[in-house]
Amino acid sequence: MSKPKVAFYWCASCGGCEEAILDLNEGILDVVAAVDIVFWPVAIDTKYADIEAMPDGSIDVCFINGAIRMDDQEHAVKLLRRKSKAVIAFGSCAHLGGIPGLSNLTDRVATLSRAYLEVPSLDNPNGVVPQKVTEVDGGELTLPGFWNRVLRLDEVIAVDYYLPGCPPQPDTISAAVQAILTGDLPPAGTVLSPGRNMCHECSRQASKPEKLKIAEIKRIHQVLVDPDECFLAKGVVCLGLATRSGCGEKCMSANMPCRGCYGPTDGIVDQGAAFLSAFAALLGPGDRPDLGEVVASFDDIAGTVYRFSLPASLAHRGNLMKNKGEPTP
Amino acid sequence: MIPFQPKVVGFLCNWCSYAGADSAGARKLEVAPEFSVIRMMCSGRVEPQMVLKAFSEGADSVAIFGCHFGDCHYQEGNHSAFIRYQLMRKMLGELGIEPERLRLEWISATEGVKFAAVVKEIVESTRQLGPLQTARVQEFSERAAGGER
Repeated sequence: MSKPKVAFYWCASCGGCEEAILDLNEGILDVVAAVDIVFWPVAIDTKYADIEAMPDGSIDVCFINGAIRMDDQEHAVKLLRRKSKAVIAFGSCAHLGGIPGLSNLTDRVATLSRAYLEVPSLDNPNGVVPQKVTEVDGGELTLPGFWNRVLRLDEVIAVDYYLPGCPPQPDTISAAVQAILTGDLPPAGTVLSPGRNMCHECSRQASKPEKLKIAEIKRIHQVLVDPDECFLAKGVVCLGLATRSGCGEKCMSANMPCRGCYGPTDGIVDQGAAFLSAFAALLGPGDRPDLGEVVASFDDIAGTVYRFSLPASLAHRGNLMKNKGEPTP
Repeated sequence: MIPFQPKVVGFLCNWCSYAGADSAGARKLEVAPEFSVIRMMCSGRVEPQMVLKAFSEGADSVAIFGCHFGDCHYQEGNHSAFIRYQLMRKMLGELGIEPERLRLEWISATEGVKFAAVVKEIVESTRQLGPLQTARVQEFSERAAGGER
C-alpha cells in the first residue's frame, strides 16, 4: 500500500504553526516515515503547478494554517480543497480567525494606513502603500488584492476537522495525526481536542476559592500571582472559564493567564460571549456602588475576550451584515 | 420607499416582567407591535450569546426586562443580568454597535403602564437609530467603494 499523501499550506499566519510541526522533534521522523509530504512551501521545494497537475482528490489530508485575507490565499486554498480528500484547519487563525482576525475591528484602508503610514518606527518618506497594480518601466507589476476583512478558513472552503491552538501543541497534533493514519476519526466538523473546559484541567484549580468574587480587575503587571494561584482569584482576566482544554497549560506554567487560543468548548458558538456570561457572575453583586468603575477598568473587552476568535463572534460585523449587503470580502 | 420598521427582541423574566406585560394587556394598553417577546425564567438566564444571536438574526435592538433588585425569584439572577448588561454595552461599543441598542429595565408584575411606556420608548428610539447597519460598517463600505488604496 502506498503512503498517504499529505500537504501543508499557510495563509494569514505568523509561521508559528509550521514551527509547531517541527516541535514534534523526533516525532516528525515517524510522520515522514508514515506519510508522503507532497506540498509544504516552508520546508520543501514544490510549486503550485505541481499541485495543479495532480488529479482531483489525490491528496489524502491537507493541513492549512492561517486566516484568509488576500486573493492568492483564496486561490491556493480553493485549489488545495479540490485536490484533497480531507482538509484540516490547523491552528487558531484557520479555526477562528486568530490574531489577524482582530483587524476586523477596523477595515482595509485603516489597516494599511496604520501599517504603512502611521507606525512611529516607520521609514516610508514617499508614503508608499501597496497597490494591486503598479506601472513601472516596461510594464505592470501586480500584487494579490488585500481584502476589507479577515475570513476564517471555513468561510472560504469546506473544512473537515479543526486543530485548535496558537499554535496547536505537539500532543494535540500527534493525537490527530494518529487518528488520521488509523482512520479512527470522529464525525466531520469536530474540533480535534478534548471538549472540556480549561478550568477543569487547570493545575491552579485547587487555589480557586469556593465563592470567587472579583473586587477589582487587574492587569497582569499590576499584581503578583504565585505559580499555583488562580488568576481570577487575584482579579486577573483569565479566559480559562470559556476555553477548550488540551493545550497542556503552556501559558499558566509561564505564569500567564489563559488567553483563549484553543477556542470555545463544544456547543458554544461565541467564546467571548460565553466568557462574559461567566465572568459577570464573579463581579457581583449588581448593586455594588463601584460597578461602573470596575466595568470601565476592563480595558478593550472585545480584544480580550475575542483575542483569537473575533471573526467567529456572533456580533462581528461579518456575521451581523451577512444579510445586509456589506461588500464582501 | 417603505419607512424603516424596527425589530426589537425583548427577553422578559417569567416572574415579574412577563406578568407586567400581562397586566398591560389586562388594562387594554397599546403595546408596540415591533416588540417581540421571548419569555425566560429569569433575566439572569439571558446569556450574552442569546443577545448577540438576536442581533445577528436581524434584531435592531435587544431589551432585557427583569425584576427590581430585591425581588428576584432566584435571589440574584437580576444582579447577573445587570453586570452582563454593563459589560456587553461596553463591548458592543468597541465592536461598532451603538450601546443604546441594548436596553435593560426593571418591570414588576404590577407595572403594566410602565411596560407599555418603556416598550414604546425603546421602539421609537430604535426607529431614530435606524437599522443595525453600524456606523462603522457604513464608514467601511464607503471607503471600500472609494477605490483601491
